[in-house]
Order: sequence, then C-alpha cells, then structure tokens
Amino acid sequence: MILINDLCKKFGKLTVLDQVNLNLSAGKSYALVGPNGSGKTTLIKSVLGMVRPSSGLIQFNGKDIANEWKYREQIGYMPQIGRYPENMRIGELIDMMKNIRKGVKKVDEELIDAFKLYKIYDKRMHTLSGGTRQKVSASLAFLFHAPVLILDEPTAGLDPVSVEILKEKILHERRIGKLIIITSHILSDLDELSTEMVYIFEGKVQYNNSIEALKEETHEARLNKAVTTLIKQKELLNSITEQL
Amino acid sequence: MTRVIKYVFNDILRTRFILFYTGFLLLSTFALFQLDSDFGKIVLSLLNIVLMVVPLVSVVFTTIHFFSSYEFIELMLAQPINRKVIFLSEYLAVASSLCMAYLIGVGIPFIMFGAGQNVISLLVTGVFLTLVFVSLAFLSSVLTRDKSKAIGIALLFWFYFSLIYDGFVLWIIYSFSDYPLEKVTLTLIAFNPVDLARIIMLLQLDISALMGYTGAFYKNFFGSNMGVLFSSSILFLWAIIPIYIALRIFNKKDL
Repeated sequence: MILINDLCKKFGKLTVLDQVNLNLSAGKSYALVGPNGSGKTTLIKSVLGMVRPSSGLIQFNGKDIANEWKYREQIGYMPQIGRYPENMRIGELIDMMKNIRKGVKKVDEELIDAFKLYKIYDKRMHTLSGGTRQKVSASLAFLFHAPVLILDEPTAGLDPVSVEILKEKILHERRIGKLIIITSHILSDLDELSTEMVYIFEGKVQYNNSIEALKEETHEARLNKAVTTLIKQKELLNSITEQL
Repeated sequence: MTRVIKYVFNDILRTRFILFYTGFLLLSTFALFQLDSDFGKIVLSLLNIVLMVVPLVSVVFTTIHFFSSYEFIELMLAQPINRKVIFLSEYLAVASSLCMAYLIGVGIPFIMFGAGQNVISLLVTGVFLTLVFVSLAFLSSVLTRDKSKAIGIALLFWFYFSLIYDGFVLWIIYSFSDYPLEKVTLTLIAFNPVDLARIIMLLQLDISALMGYTGAFYKNFFGSNMGVLFSSSILFLWAIIPIYIALRIFNKKDL
C-alpha cells in the first residue's frame, strides 16, 4: 500500500534518512523502532508530505505522493506532540476537523466516548495536560475510518486505563484489516499491537521482518529481549567491521 | 479553501488586534477632521500617517499571526488539503482583514464628513500598501523558522522602504545633479512601493509644483492615463511577486 524507494533526507549536512526502502502492505501492523533521533518521525512525516525528501520516491497505492494531497484522506495521523491552535476549545477543534473532511459521512467517535472527551468539550487547548492532549490526538486520528493509521508514540503520557482503551482500539482496527504504523519505545506494547518490525538506526533500516521471525532468530520469547539482543548483535558486528 | 479561510478569520478576530487597529485609524482620522477643515490638508496629513503606519502594522501583525498559527498550519498539513490552499488562505484572510480595517478606519469619517475625489485614491493606495507589505511579511516568515528573526527581517523591509531607500535616492540625485535624472529617478521610485504610493498621492493633491522641475515631469508622466496604469501595475507586481516567491518556498519547506 505504501512503497518507499531509496528515500533520503538531509537537513543541511546531517543525513537523517539514508536510502530507506520499505514496502508497507495493508492488513499488517508495523512497529517502527529505533533510538531517539534515528529518523522515525522524519520517515513518518515524509509519508505524510510534511517533510519533503531530498531524493527517493514514496508511493501510496501505486501513485507518487510528491505534490499530491488527496491521498491523505486515507491516513489517520496521531502526532508525537499534538500541537493545536491554543485558544480553540476541544469541541471546536473536533468540529473543525469534521468540517475540513466533509466527504466522510460517518465518523468514528468511539474513542471520544471512551475517553469521555465530550465532558470537557468547552475546555481550551492550552489548559489541557499532556495526557489529555494525547487523547484528543488519538480521537482525531481514528475519527474518519482511515484505512491507514500512523501513530507516533501513541501511548506516551497516557494513564494505564487510557492506554488499555487505546490498545483495544488499535487491535480492533488491525483485525478489520487496516495498515497500522506505530512508533514507540515501549516494546511490550508493540509486542501486543504489531506483527512486523522495522528497526531504524542512524537513518538506515537495519531490520525488517515479522516479529515472529525476530523472536526465532534471537531465541527470545519477548520482544523487548529480542530487540536488545538484536541491537547487541548489530553493535558487535559494527565493532568487528570497524576493527577490520 | 473557503472553509480554511473561515477558520483563519475567526482566529484573527479573536485576538482583537484588528479592532484596535480600526479604532486607531478612526480616531486619528476624526482628530484630523477636528483640527482642520481643508480636505486637501487632511488628506495630506493622513497620507503621512498612512505611509508610516500601514506598512508597519501590516508587517508586524502578519509575522506575529503567521507564527502563532503555525500549529494550525501543521494540523492542516496532515489533512487532505493542498499546501498552496493553506498558504493562500492564510494570505487572503490576513490581507483582507487588514484592508477591511483600513477601509473602515479611514473611510467612515470621510463618508460622514463628505468625501472628495482624493479620498478614493488615498483608500486605494492604502489598500495596495497593505497588500504589498503583507506579501513581504509572509516572505520573511517563510524564510526562517525563528519568530524573532522573521519579525526582524520584516521590520527591515519596512525600515528600508520607509527610510533608507529615500536617503539612497536623495544621495544619487544630489551626486549626479549635473545630469538629467528624471528617467533614472522614475525608475528608482518604481523599486520602492512606499515612494510610488507617495508620488501618486502627491500628484493627486496638486502640490507637485513644490517639487519643481522633477515634479512637473512626474505630473506629466503620472498624470496621464499611461502613468496611472504604469504605477498601479508596478504596485500590483510588488504585491504579487513576494507572495509568489513565499508560496514557492513554503511548498518545499519541511514542517
């Protein structure tokens, strides 16, 4: 569904993405893992067209996304840090988003109900805590039944009850057959939510396979153990090649 | 596009700055009417205010607005909306609200006290100046990510066109006073929207005699239909070119 071909992004001298090749297909759930500053968010923003790639190609359903915008109808995006017009009320914000995507007749307000956001509809955005902001971001991402969901650290800052609500929702959407891309540092969450793993380090895709395969390769039962083993193996490999 | 413009408009009205600006213009126009009864003199005094204040307010308000609506722009970019539509909506909403404020603030007193022909050209040049400096401010806003830097660049535009450029032109005229300079200064004026607006207005007010031989030359040129067409199309270009460049930059920008 999303095809990324030799994608490079440089910010000045700094290379953030270095020849990334990925093929993300519908019905699968991808965990995007990597240390801070490895280029995960840049990759996501490139897919959304917010960051313009230095070179390379991104296709959405077989069509190049450069200077396109219509394809974003099919994406629900939850940003890492939800930045919203500060003096808008929650209700106004949600109404505005519905108004902007007028084509969608039936909206999915399950999360708004589950997070009880309607109770605080008249609160202004600048009065909200980080967690409540995350709830608003999550509700907006799921609002339009988009077939592709891109969630940038969805569970960060949420309380345990809300995390469970959100996870249930993600799992439900996965079962319907949506393409889901999640970045997170909480690997135990990803273990439940994802089927595939993409490991990015210093702008390069180091690993791209199913989570099952990763667990078998590393002989670990849990994803967080498996990933740490993977990273150690890579580091070992790097130090050997450096010595040579 | 209209939906996006509507939201930008709401946002602008909420800050109440536009209301203060309208109030200020109303107040100063009324005050001038109290001081004098000669229409020409009122228009001339207003012209001096307009030439300084309109560009300054346009420039500062636009840059501050652009950076405070950064979140809104970011939010819209993740939605199925064309980037150009987002940017042009911002421009149209800001420019039209500033123009409205100007037209109301200066226009209403003249309607109340009875308007002369000069007033219309005063209103038109003010609107043009607003458009030009809003364009320039958008350009400086997309040139950098830093709000204070952007305001700095925008103020520099204002400072340059309101003060520095005149000094420069004066210096050229003074140093090369032995040569016929009419055509040269005419060209130089086209490169400064504020001067262009000033000259157009001064010629309307029939005080070009004060400007001597050069004034007569301008009168000859700007007074004709060709001159009016020429000067307004140059001002139009001054509004279009910066916003076009800004749009190009914004379209390629990472957000």
